[in-house]
Amino acid sequence: MKNSPASEVTSKDAATNHAEARLPAAAGRAGTDLARSEAAVYRLRNVERKRSDDFRLDVDDLTIDRGEVLCLVGPTGAGKTTLLSVLSGLVPIDGGRLWIAGHASHEGPLPLAKQRTIAAVTQRPLPLLGTVRRNVECGLRWRGDGERDGECDERNGARIEELVDDVLARFRLRDIAKRSAKRLSGGQLQLVALARALVLRPDVLLLDEPTAALDPARVALVESLLADERSRRPMTVVWATHHLFQARRVADRVMLLLDGRNVETQATESFFETPSEARTAAFVRGEMIY
Amino acid sequence: MDIADLWPIVGLSLQVALCAVLLSVLVAVPLGTWLGLSTWRQSTWVRAIVYTGMALPPVVVGLAIYLLLSANGPLGPLGWLFTPKAMILAQTILGIPFVTGITMTAVAAVPEDLQFQVRALGASPIQARFAVLREARGGLFLAVATALGRSMSEVGAVWMVGGNIEGHTRVLTTAVVLETGKGNFAFALVLGGVLLIAAWVLNLAVLRWQDRAIS
Repeated sequence: MKNSPASEVTSKDAATNHAEARLPAAAGRAGTDLARSEAAVYRLRNVERKRSDDFRLDVDDLTIDRGEVLCLVGPTGAGKTTLLSVLSGLVPIDGGRLWIAGHASHEGPLPLAKQRTIAAVTQRPLPLLGTVRRNVECGLRWRGDGERDGECDERNGARIEELVDDVLARFRLRDIAKRSAKRLSGGQLQLVALARALVLRPDVLLLDEPTAALDPARVALVESLLADERSRRPMTVVWATHHLFQARRVADRVMLLLDGRNVETQATESFFETPSEARTAAFVRGEMIY
Repeated sequence: MDIADLWPIVGLSLQVALCAVLLSVLVAVPLGTWLGLSTWRQSTWVRAIVYTGMALPPVVVGLAIYLLLSANGPLGPLGWLFTPKAMILAQTILGIPFVTGITMTAVAAVPEDLQFQVRALGASPIQARFAVLREARGGLFLAVATALGRSMSEVGAVWMVGGNIEGHTRVLTTAVVLETGKGNFAFALVLGGVLLIAAWVLNLAVLRWQDRAIS
């Protein structure tokens, strides 16, 4: 891999990088090319979101296409989480214009039906009371996939069970399906959080450092599962990560955020090989630019 | 009074306590949830009122309800004074601040991010509130147990608005006071024991329900 940011390399990164050959990233990219269409899922124009007295997210211009993977990189506190929360449609913006799946922010809150096409995995996922299985199936139940008028329809109930079984198997969580989610390790919880988002088959998946607590093998598993999912259907992924190697493996485009501002958004190869901004080049080299 | 008279008293005590707790929960759980999740700055004032409500002297509540329900009071036409309905009303008013306060604290203790996370999995705003309540249910059970304890053991308000009428509004606590006044200390102690056993059985039921719900 060219332009390796040596100072960013952790043992986890290195191990995952070695595993890159086994990752279906190329398959994922091919799937992405098939899945990408011209329609934009997100359009942001001068979007502002005040997080605190001394921090404001300020994205001048950003369009995210259907089916693409956009990785957000930047130092801690750069605004990645704030941008993801804005993209979730659940957090109001303080200025500018935001279109989510054609819905403009100034027209009011995002309708629930559109809201339900988006799923998010937060940086510190919280377990719900109950088993791992219950955690994974909760979103399906809230969305009504399996329940009518509060009563679980037998056929849809069986469908939920089938979907949950499938995702538990894919995330290798079947052995702990009956365990209380409150007793999981950080890594297990992160896998459960990903499973409960992916089981919803969302059109848009927002990921906030979803592999930060995972070992290299699990990182590879998650990347592979997401690539597999995207090869089957167009799913837009916005993925905040501190791991530049990971961004390079999974992204179609990479965006560098600094102090809440979009420094540069480029196709992955250009971002790493020929960045147009000096700060991007420094960041990619692993130099402190903040 | 002999032992045969005990069962109607126990029955009425349970009826009044359970009805009052149910009504308190219906009013106070939504209120406590709203206050617990509220980002409205002035809600501190309302919270202070709720906590003050926990210190409401039962006799003051009894007096206020007595005046409301008396023949010349605004609710006099209802004809509730010296009936179990008046006792339930008094116990409900006394229970509401406890259920509200404990629910509010339990809901506020649920991590703030949880609501965002469940909304991000497709929960509607109402479903998200129920999800928060579900996470806070340990506190909700405590609220029910506290209201139940308060209701079972209260004497001043139910005496004032119920009148301690034999076979009609006499409950365990008012019977204890009456028997003590008459010098029947042994029987008063028996009544006190029965009151404690009834409260223990109710709390045991609440705890078993809680264990099943949380596991």
